[in-house]
Order: sequence, then structure tokens, then C-alpha cells
Amino acid sequence: MKDWQYRLRGARTTLSAIAVFIVIFALYAAKHDGGFTGNVAQTAANKGVLLAFVAIGQCFVVLTAGIDLSVGAVFILADCLASTLVTGSPLAVAFGVVAVLVAGLACGLVNGLIVVYGRLQPIVATIATGAIYFGLALWVRPEPGGDIDSNLADAVTGQLPGGIPSSLVLLLAIILLVWVPFRRSVMGRAVYAVGSSEASAYMSGLPIRRAKLLAYGFAGLFSAVGGLMLSFITYSGEASATNASTYTLNSIAAVVIGGVSLFGGAGSAIGAVFGALIFRTINDLLFVFDLDPLWQPLFLGLVLLAAVSFGSLRLLRIRNRLELFGQ
Amino acid sequence: MTQGLVQGVPLFQMSGISKRYGGVRALDGVDLTVEAGRIHAVLGENGAGKSSLIKCMSGVVQPDSGTMALDGRPIRFPDPAAANAAGIVCIFQELSLVPDLSVADNVIIADPPRRFGLIDRRRQRQLAEEALARAGASDVHPMALVRDLPLSRRQLVEIAKALARRPRLLILDEATSALTARDVTTVLQVLKDLRASGMALVYISHRMGEIAELADDCSVFRNGRHVASFEAGTRSDAEIIEMMIGREYSHAYPPKPPPVPDDRAPVLEVRRLGWAPRLSDISFDLRPGEVLGLGGLDGQGQRELLLALFGVLRGTTGDVLVEGKPVTLSGPSEAKSTRQGIALIPEDRKTEGLMLPMSVGANLTFASLDRISKGGFIDRTAESAAIAAMVKLLAIKTASPDLPVGALSGGNQQKVVIAKWLMRQPRIVLLNDPTRGIDVGTKQEIYRLLRRLADEGAAVLLYSTDYAELIGCCDRVLVLYDGRVVRELRGAAITEEALVRGALNIDVATTQEEAAA
Repeated sequence: MKDWQYRLRGARTTLSAIAVFIVIFALYAAKHDGGFTGNVAQTAANKGVLLAFVAIGQCFVVLTAGIDLSVGAVFILADCLASTLVTGSPLAVAFGVVAVLVAGLACGLVNGLIVVYGRLQPIVATIATGAIYFGLALWVRPEPGGDIDSNLADAVTGQLPGGIPSSLVLLLAIILLVWVPFRRSVMGRAVYAVGSSEASAYMSGLPIRRAKLLAYGFAGLFSAVGGLMLSFITYSGEASATNASTYTLNSIAAVVIGGVSLFGGAGSAIGAVFGALIFRTINDLLFVFDLDPLWQPLFLGLVLLAAVSFGSLRLLRIRNRLELFGQ
Repeated sequence: MTQGLVQGVPLFQMSGISKRYGGVRALDGVDLTVEAGRIHAVLGENGAGKSSLIKCMSGVVQPDSGTMALDGRPIRFPDPAAANAAGIVCIFQELSLVPDLSVADNVIIADPPRRFGLIDRRRQRQLAEEALARAGASDVHPMALVRDLPLSRRQLVEIAKALARRPRLLILDEATSALTARDVTTVLQVLKDLRASGMALVYISHRMGEIAELADDCSVFRNGRHVASFEAGTRSDAEIIEMMIGREYSHAYPPKPPPVPDDRAPVLEVRRLGWAPRLSDISFDLRPGEVLGLGGLDGQGQRELLLALFGVLRGTTGDVLVEGKPVTLSGPSEAKSTRQGIALIPEDRKTEGLMLPMSVGANLTFASLDRISKGGFIDRTAESAAIAAMVKLLAIKTASPDLPVGALSGGNQQKVVIAKWLMRQPRIVLLNDPTRGIDVGTKQEIYRLLRRLADEGAAVLLYSTDYAELIGCCDRVLVLYDGRVVRELRGAAITEEALVRGALNIDVATTQEEAAA
């Protein structure tokens, strides 16, 4: 095989997620009453990036073969914190944004510390911390409300000249500034190595503890970015338990649709972003095709099942039954 | 890489090293001297202290007492990274590659070249290619995923990874156990080249042939003690083995009974069995009381043949008959049923043979739960009786059947895998390289056991990568080449030369040329 074939092979799952997204989004735009305008793109982008950010966060943890069931709670906690902190003078607003992000990072690092040093299973540890973070969110904002600096909110959720949604630009910028360097850093490689084979990573002298801490920290940070975006879109905060659990589960669905392996070690955040966008677009697709909203969960479930089955297609070709199990 | 050679001072020296794990004394006042430009073979049974020795040398564990010196200067290694920095690199028996990363990523994993803080991929590629070439693995593509490589290639990548750290002292622990015969030749040549370049090598292997070919010095260990060090070639194999096991090494293989008559009804008949492209047109009979060997170079379809007979492979062609009746190859649960009575001792005990965290007892009964249960519930009395019988039959050394099987030594783990299948009293026993990486004492017990099974009426099909085993254990040997049986050897005709000639398919090739002429 040639170099490019190896590269193509490595990016296979991410590329298929991108292809699927283009197809269904084209379908959506074509079917939309207003046609494809800047406003349609803006609305779609704003809804999409919320889940995209949480999915990026989830992706880091899933790459280490872990799972973070607290991302939804961190997302909501960030939303509630933002609705009290991101307001007032420009300085106060800047401080508020930093504080929200630091809080998210801290939540993630706490998860990481518990998993790495407490040696608890990620699924149990993050269910527990998720409940705590949601409790904090309720304490910060017992009733829906609050206020957000509207200039900043409009700037981040509006349109740039040419009708380009600024939230999408923000998402792209963050991918370029965080994911691309991460993928080429020693830490990034350690995250993949830990997920692929923790024992081998250890024997190779990689910093596996720091790698996991970083992954959980990023999960918290990116969930908080998502929560901040939510407050920018709604101009308020709400400790919604439904949203918390929906975003947690949808982030896992998005990661899977985006081709990130739940066994760890394979996939990319770009895949996860497109997984999230696919997930959101399917919702909208049902809307433009005038389907009863009652069918939505059922339909999404089917799509998810199809995505997982698609990933398992190779199992049909296996001629040595032993390969059905593990590596 | 500076040699820093001081005249008369050895590169690396250990004196009076002791190490305890809980109550177990793994090393007891051990001395070892390693010289630059020489290959030092370390010999000993499993549990002799070889692993602890190299763990101390490479900083994985710290000795309780004793001193180590590099170039005559005392040195301590708090962790493997410190040992690596000092130029001591170890290739451990368990592979340390990350399956989802590329070959180049793995080879350079310890210290990738960086530019502006990020990994410089072009430079990394270059370094990886150099290291792969030095390890004799230039045919491995640096961008291939390790997951997609066969075991023998992975082992070469592992060696390349060690070489990429530019070691002065390289430790290899059973580095050739997963390699095919051709790759072994490559690796041995690589090691000789490294020696010529002034590197010191510590070489641990169970294969006496390789040690005879490579070693300049030998050290023998037994029960955590250093027994003797001597220049290679000054002791005979029998003397060395005697030092290792500490007892007379006379009857390695049990005597063979007179050959099974050809007119005895076969228990297993294989007719034109195929599994494209790895197996084609395989036909043979296996009779009760017989130990039939599978020979040939590694990777010529022997493993696939055993898996096919056990029903693991999909899409096989041809017929398999057990006691004259055709059987379907639908899977292990069908193969082990009373109708077929087939057992397979798998190749990799850790993944295919045992549930490591579960108890010895539970592991022993996994294949026989149907025999010891009533109405879907396990009969505890029958279970303990069956477990006790097997522990006794195979002399499995375990303090209690409730211990996790992972706590046993490799040899005893392998006995558990074998006992688990003997509990079903199979009529046909398939074994996939059952003595790989286990100690001499346990090997001999397994040889005696195979013969006893045959004497009691079972039919044994044994694949071994060790020619000596095929010669010592088998009544007949089928030599496979490229998925076909190219030779059948019987009785006294099973010699090393015949096996090697068959494995390389030399005569067949000449015959074909003659036919063409």
C-alpha cells in the first residue's frame, strides 16, 4: 500500500461521517421552505455546535477507553454559572467567561483525579460527580433566569459578513487551535495509546496518568464551552435535568456516529463534531418532512442503531470466529 | 553513542543482588557481569529468577540489596526511564506495542522528535525507517497500524523500537518465541551485527539452538540463585540443562510404543479440507492411540488446520468424519460435544485459554459445566471432586483451587488449560504449540501426559514450533507447506533433517522441476 492509502484508511471513519453529514444536510437545505439562507445556516449551526462541543469533550475521554457521564451536568452547570457571571462591565464579562471555563476544567479534572488516582471505574465515578455538578447548578440557579451580556452573545451566535454563522467559525477555530496541535503532541499520542492498550502504553514509559487527566480535563472544559454557548443562545440559565441527561447521552451517540471507537484508541474529534451535526440535522430533517414529533426518539434510535451496525459490518466478513472477540 | 570503554572494566556489573516479593525470594545474592561486544545468554527454568533479574537491570523494579555498576561506576535506576537514559533497554516477553498507533508512532514512542513542541512527523518517519532497517524489518510499512500486523512482524517492530533508543546494553526476553523460522534467522543476524558494533546483549531464550549459535557467555540461574557462568561452548547441552533443572536430564521424552497398525479404524478422517487461501486439499487419518505431529515452518496453515477442526473458521470446504460419521464444523460447543469429543488446547493461554482473574477451579470447569450441573445449576460436590481430580492428575502447583489462575506460574497456567479439556475426556486432542514459553520441567510433564492420553485410547494432534518436540513425541508427523501436507514422516524417519527438508519443501520442488523438464 502507498502512504496515501494508509492515510485514507486511518481517516476512513471520520471521512464517512463527513460524507453522511453533507448528504443529509443537503437534503435538509433543499427541503427547507425558506431554502438555504444565512438564517437557516445560523439556526442550524447554533443548535449543532452545542452538541458538537460536548461531543468533542466526550471524544477525549472515549479515546482513552473511558466514558464521561457528567458532561451534560457540566454543560448545564456552565450555563447556570454564565447566567450569573457573564454580565456587567466588559472586564466583568471577560472574567465571567474565564471563570465559567475554569469551572468546567476543574469539574473535568476532578473526574480525572478520581479515575486516575481513586482508580474508580469512569462510568461509576462520573455518574456520581455528574449528580454533584448538577446539584451545584441547581444551587447556583434554583429558578430559570439570569442575564447574559447580549453584545457578546449576539456576536458569538450571529452571522459574520457573507452570512457565515459565527458559532461555526468559533467551532472551527477551536478545532484548529486545540485538536490539530493535540493530535501531533506527545500527550495526544499518549491519550490514543492509553485507550488502545494501557499496558503497552505503560511499558513504553508514556505519561498515562497525565494523559487521562488531560482527557477528563478537556471533557469538562469543552462541555463548559458548550454550556457557555447555550447561555449565549438563550440569554439565560436553567438547571434543566432533562437537558443534562439528554446532552450526556447524545454526546455518546454523536461520538459513536462520528466513528470514535468506544473501545478507545481510534477516531477523532472531527469525526465527533460531524457525528453531533448529523445527530442534530436528523432532528431537523424530521421537522421539514412534517413528521409527528412523537416519532423523533424512535427515529433517532433507529439511526443510532444503524450507525453502530455500520461500524460492525466488518464482523460479517470475518472468517475466523475468534476475531469476533477483542483485537 | 559513546562507548566509554575502560580497559578491564566490564560494561555492566551486578553484585549480591537480592529481591523479595512478599514472602517469595525471587533473587538471592545474584552476581552477573556483562561485557560490551558480547552476547550473554541467561538460562534457567521459569521461576529461576531471570525475569526479576532483567527487571532489576532495566529499572522496572529496585533490588532490596546489592549493587549495580555501569562502566565501573555505581548506579541505581529508580524507573525504566532512568535505565533507558543510561543506555539499558529491555524488550520484554509481553509485547509493549500500542495496536491502534502506526508502526512509526510505536517505534519512536519513547521520545519522538519535536519541532515547536509538536511531533515532527517527517523526521519521525525517517528515524522509524532507520530503526526498522536495523531490526531487519524494512518490509514493514511505517504507516501500517500495528493492529494489522501478524505477530512475527510485531516482534520485529518491538526490536526496532528498542533500537530506536540507541541502547548500549540490550536485553531480549524470549524475543524469538513469536517469530517464524525465517524471521528468527533475520533476528539472529541482526543481533550478531549489533554485537559487532560493540553493543552488549543479554539474551534469554528457551531455545538451546539459538543460544548455541549466538552466545559468547552463559549464566545459569536456578531458584533465584546464580548457579554458574561460563564461556559458551564449554559445557554440553545436557550439562547445562542439568544445571537448570538441578536433576538428571535423561529421559526427556517418554518411550514410544510400537506404531499403531494402519488397519485400526481412525477416529478422525479429514478429506480434502480447505479454507482459501490458507489451507488446501488436506487429507489424513488419525487413529486412537496415536500422537500425530504437525510440522513445517511457522505460519504454513498449522494453526488454521486446528482451528478449522474445532469449528472456529467459517467457510471451510471438504469433509471431516469422526468415527466414520461426517460432522459439521459449526463451533467449539459442537466440537466438544460427546458426538465429536474434540478438545483444542489453544495457542495463547492468556486470551484464549484462561480467564485470568477467575479461580483455578472455575477455569478448570469452564469447558465441562454441562457435565457437572443438574437442571442448569452447578453441582458443587461434583465440581470440587472434578477440580481436585484434575489438580492431582496434572500436579498443578496451587495453594488452593480458589486462587486466581493469573497468580500461577506460566507452566502451571498451561497445565490448567490442558486439564480443563482433559476433564471432558476427549477422544481427539488438538494442541497448538502447548509448550511455548514454559519451563523444561513442565514441558517434560506435558510430553508424558500426551503419551499417556494416547495409550489410554485418545488420538492426539500436536502442532509444535520446536522440531525436537515433534521428533521426541510423535508417531507420525505431517509437514505442512503453504497450506498443504507435503510430507508424512513415520517412526525413525522423523529426523531433524527430514523435518527441515520437508518444511522448506525442497524435494517436492525438485520433483516438480523434473516433471517439467
